[in-house]
Amino acid sequence: MFENLSDRLERSFKILKGQGTITEINVAETLKEIRKALIDADVNYKVAKTFTDEVKKKALGQNVLTSLQPGQLMVKIVHDELAELMGGSSVDVNLKGSPAVILMSGLQGSGKTTFSGKLANLLKSKRGKNPLLVACDVYRPAAIEQLKIIGSQVNVPVYSEEGNLNAVQIAQNAVKFAKQNNHDLVIIDTAGRLAIDEQMMKEIANIKAAVNPQETLFVVDSMTGQDAVNTAKEFNDRLNFDGVILTKLDGDTRGGAALSIRSVVTKPIKFVGTGEKMDALDTFYPERMADRILGMGDIVSFVERAQEMYDEEESRRLSKKLAKNQFDFNDFLSQLQQIKKMGNLKDIASMIPGVGKALKDVDLDESVFKTTEAIIHSMTPFERERPDIMTGTRRQRIANGSGTSIQEVNRLLKQFDDMRKMMKMVSQNKVPGRKK
Amino acid sequence: MGIFQLFSKDKQETLDKGLERTKTSVFAKLSRAVAGKSKVDDEVLDNLEEVLVTSDVGIETTLRIIERIEKRAARDKYIGTAELNTILKEEIAALLSESNQETAMDFEAEIEHKPYVIMVVGVNGVGKTTTIGKLAYQFKKAGKTVYLGAADTFRAAAVEQLVIWGERVGVPVIKQQMGSDPASVAFDTLTSAKANNADVIIIDTAGRLHNKVNLMNELTKIKNVMQKVVPNAPHEVLLVLDGSTGQNAFEQARQFTKTTQVTALAITKLDGTAKGGVVIGISDQFHIPVRYIGLGERMEDLQLFDKDKFVETLFEQH
Ligand SMILES: Nc1nc2c(ncn2[C@@H]2O[C@H](COP(=O)(O)OP(=O)(O)OP(=O)(O)O)[C@@H](O)[C@H]2O)c(=O)[nH]1
Ligand SMILES: Nc1nc2c(ncn2[C@@H]2O[C@H](COP(=O)(O)OP(=O)(O)OP(=O)(O)O)[C@@H](O)[C@H]2O)c(=O)[nH]1
Ligand SMILES: [Mg+2]
Ligand SMILES: [Mg+2]
Repeated sequence: MFENLSDRLERSFKILKGQGTITEINVAETLKEIRKALIDADVNYKVAKTFTDEVKKKALGQNVLTSLQPGQLMVKIVHDELAELMGGSSVDVNLKGSPAVILMSGLQGSGKTTFSGKLANLLKSKRGKNPLLVACDVYRPAAIEQLKIIGSQVNVPVYSEEGNLNAVQIAQNAVKFAKQNNHDLVIIDTAGRLAIDEQMMKEIANIKAAVNPQETLFVVDSMTGQDAVNTAKEFNDRLNFDGVILTKLDGDTRGGAALSIRSVVTKPIKFVGTGEKMDALDTFYPERMADRILGMGDIVSFVERAQEMYDEEESRRLSKKLAKNQFDFNDFLSQLQQIKKMGNLKDIASMIPGVGKALKDVDLDESVFKTTEAIIHSMTPFERERPDIMTGTRRQRIANGSGTSIQEVNRLLKQFDDMRKMMKMVSQNKVPGRKK
Repeated sequence: MGIFQLFSKDKQETLDKGLERTKTSVFAKLSRAVAGKSKVDDEVLDNLEEVLVTSDVGIETTLRIIERIEKRAARDKYIGTAELNTILKEEIAALLSESNQETAMDFEAEIEHKPYVIMVVGVNGVGKTTTIGKLAYQFKKAGKTVYLGAADTFRAAAVEQLVIWGERVGVPVIKQQMGSDPASVAFDTLTSAKANNADVIIIDTAGRLHNKVNLMNELTKIKNVMQKVVPNAPHEVLLVLDGSTGQNAFEQARQFTKTTQVTALAITKLDGTAKGGVVIGISDQFHIPVRYIGLGERMEDLQLFDKDKFVETLFEQH
């Protein structure tokens, strides 16, 4: 039991020494895992490689002041970098223009028609707009009917020209119609198309040229795999779109496509779709997306907590004392308190990869702290500073005062002594030998 | 910090270049790496890893394939360009065939159970309704009487969409109003088709994400109700996967198999640049054969799955 505690302390003193830096060697394994996690999450192969390489370059040499292991800090750095990369400055849609025109684009089945309805609904109810939905998908069976039903669900009129197969013309006419009928917002739904379908890509480029939209949005299914980069790049080359909509995030996909797309196209993700109903949309939260893609949230939050609780000043003071072998019971107590501050011990320990399983059957009782604290509290200030002066009478008095037995006091003293020796070695960069 | 600071300029350029579509076959690239060498070296394997992962094969399955190639290479000693080509195809196809022994059901073939009931399931927007239209076309062309059931009563104009497909192909569509009970539509369809001595019945269902328990349970209910009319129905549960979907397709296969005992897969949208490589692992792990592939939006754009051809296209770049 105490073994665990000293393990913990050993670890925390590795931190305190502040000698850890991120090097090629100590994060090689972690980087491999991170790259694998990204690819498993559907981040494009090349993007994952470039991303981890670049993040590593930035991280090399960074001091591991607070993390338990360089690899853990690396995970956290990757996470933050992911969030930063996917976050964008402007997330709002541009509604200037009379009327403002928003054009949807994307592959088949990505969710354009549904999102058109959601956006009309949102801008109508939250921004007081008077939108007009436009049915420019003249190909898919019942596409117009679908938009009409959606329009009626959100109480927004739908402009369509049954029988007209010229989508460019329909879009132009719709804008005219909007002007005449006081619509200050036009949302154009288009047919799904493949990026390599030359004719269809020309069509949407022509629609864009004809109506000059304030916003062209690229609607993409969050379950998309490796191909996301090709599609996003091709659509952007053709349309220079303004933002990305990530749909079907109510599923359990890790959503690496979000990162892939941001890596080839510097456009913000403006909204996410979270269901089939008309109110199921949300703004994009880069932090959440980073968690979702990397899937190492436990390590990230562990490092975060450790960073929050870490007192650099105190650590420096302690590591000096350690080196001089002046580590005393006061320092020990303050270490115990640091660990306790970090939360439930078992919780914290279980967040460390590899430790969780090992700890499963161990009775990591917080009362071990209570006994230890009680014993230390029963020492006089002099005794706490001079752990080597403990005579038999002092021990007996401490046992009585703390409501423990002399055996327990002896055990603590013995273990404290062992620990001090071990920590001294660690602080002098000697690898401690395995205890027998 | 934006992407440009993160990816230094030359890195960004390499990335762009790498993503450029080229006409060179990956085999050419692999061949160059293997030329003049007596064994498959790391460069070849790295290339191979890249090809497979970017085809959505997934890390795990990719590593399995590479392992198999390595073993073969060790055994056969010398692998030249031509052999590598063949071995690759064989090893990948082996993963597919291990679970894919039955020959794909030919549209012309005699129907074993009459009426033969196919229930089509899958997540939103993958191409279920379109695939049903295409299947109806094929069965009808082969001289079979086909009935379609519009059991997606939820999505806007889903019924109308199927009705239009029915008109295109010239087969009857049994429907109720939007919002009605899908199980009841399925019941009606089977009853009516049976009375009219139909050969094949295909039931469309609403798209649903596999993590939504209530919606998944609805499928069980539809299945149970169908059995009241045709005891062994459905004879086939066809899970439609979007060819551009990444590793999430695994979870889709897992959950749909759990609730509906999927018997066959269809992969759609393979006319795009996506490769659909994820089905290799799925077919291998869940022992479900891939039966059809979708190659476009017209009714003719459906083919029976041919694993050799499929593997070949994995190594073709657009
Ligand atoms: N669960 C979920 N389903 C969605 C979401 N967005 C769209 N869908 C569903 O996805 C399917 C396809 O959506 P559509 O809006 O028809 O897609 P589209 O891009 O217009 O399709 P095409 O016009 O055929 O290219 C429908 O079943 C929608 O209900 C979402 O955020 N979550
Ligand atoms: N390029 C291409 N598009 C396809 C293919 N199969 C389906 N589509 C298109 O994908 C979109 C969605 O197809 P649907 O058949 O409506 O999909 P679904 O699964 O029934 O959708 P929900 O019922 O909304 O879940 C439509 O625009 C189809 O035309 C294919 O093989 N290739
Ligand atoms: Mg649409
Ligand atoms: Mg459908």
